[in-house]
Amino acid sequence: MSGVEKVSVRIRVNSEPREALVEPRTLLVEFLRENLNLTGTHIGCDTTYCGACTVLLNGRTVKSCTLFAPMADGGEITTVEGLSTNGALHPVQHAFAECHGLQCGYCTPGLLLSTVHLLNKNAKPTDKQIRKAIAGNTCRCTGYQNILKAIRMASDEMGKH
Amino acid sequence: MYAYPFSYHRAKSLAEASKLLQQLGDESRVLAGGQSLIPLMKMRLARPSALIDINFVPGLADIQSPNGELRFGALARHADIEVSEAAAAIPILNDCAAGIADVQVRNQGTIGGSLAEADPSGDWGATLLTLETSVQCTGPQGERSIALEEFIKDAYTTVLAHDELVREIIVKRPPKSSGGAYLAFKRSAPVYATVSAAVQLTLDGKDICKDVRIVLGCVGLTAIRAKQAEAELHGKKVDGKTIQRAAEAAREAAEPQSDMRGSADYKRALVAALVKRAIGTAVRRARGERVEAGHEYVGR
Repeated sequence: MSGVEKVSVRIRVNSEPREALVEPRTLLVEFLRENLNLTGTHIGCDTTYCGACTVLLNGRTVKSCTLFAPMADGGEITTVEGLSTNGALHPVQHAFAECHGLQCGYCTPGLLLSTVHLLNKNAKPTDKQIRKAIAGNTCRCTGYQNILKAIRMASDEMGKH
Repeated sequence: MYAYPFSYHRAKSLAEASKLLQQLGDESRVLAGGQSLIPLMKMRLARPSALIDINFVPGLADIQSPNGELRFGALARHADIEVSEAAAAIPILNDCAAGIADVQVRNQGTIGGSLAEADPSGDWGATLLTLETSVQCTGPQGERSIALEEFIKDAYTTVLAHDELVREIIVKRPPKSSGGAYLAFKRSAPVYATVSAAVQLTLDGKDICKDVRIVLGCVGLTAIRAKQAEAELHGKKVDGKTIQRAAEAAREAAEPQSDMRGSADYKRALVAALVKRAIGTAVRRARGERVEAGHEYVGR
């Protein structure tokens, strides 16, 4: 089997250049967690359903369990570790904390990045637009009501600046 | 989950990708957005020995609308089509693009990959069969243009040769008095639809149907053109009675299987209901009304 030749993957993660030599079948989420020790990105279902592994790739959300790491070569990635600045929470993180938009917290990193992506595209989303934007993120604790509240709050707060 | 090991090759052009497919043999496969292939590989239902990544081929994601046509590069992502002005002009394309799986999958999945995968539950096949669609393919013998009807042969099977790739999808713009709708009923956002129905029809000034195509998704080995249902509308006034007859004929045309998404009977009932509503929406759009339609699931 000639298929085990490793490939070099270079990605800017949270504004820092990172590089590793990996097997091609390495999933992006494994690259982040195992090679870079960025364990904030979670593996939930591992079947492209739950969205716990959501990260931003070149500004757009993707499910990092459904990309091989070499596909992101040369790209720019934001994970949950890259949201805060100098220890201060991102407004979306702050809103989730304020509104109890989480309980166990497992789905939260993915939901935060889906929210950041939504508000970057649409600063004042309607409830319907919010529901559509997080349809790819499963939360088994909250029942989503406080997540909706948090996203509305984040939208309001970010709109003030 | 880990896929079986494979060798990874990055093509800089479709010609190079075609050459690599030849060199690497029958067990090599093309990697586009990966949103179907990667889950299959992780579940070990697919086991390619080599992947040829075409995501780095420049210019392959363009969306253009030259005179009377829409042209989608094979790597145009569903999310880009969703917001394109080109697709906004043809509502059925927006219905389809805006509801495929979820935001994350739409950001990554491609129209060319979806058609080449030829999943009977795929959204693009059913949608594009209602329009004049051709698939522009590139192989060692050069280019060829294949009508979508001929491109899809069977479940997960197209006429593409092993060393041939999709370059572009070309859709002819329907006439002004034409309207369409794609309705897909699914259990939740990220999953495939249980049943889908696509309708595109053209009316004259008096609601007489001059032209119509009705296509059913998820209820056969490929998307099914319901020709008897079309005959119930063609040349006739589109009203409650003819719509009902078309919906009944569509139900007869469906060949559903019972599975985790629902029983065959349930799916037949869904076919009739979705076709009926899709015709209604298509008629209103043909008259120039703005109507929202698309994928439907609980909590949307």
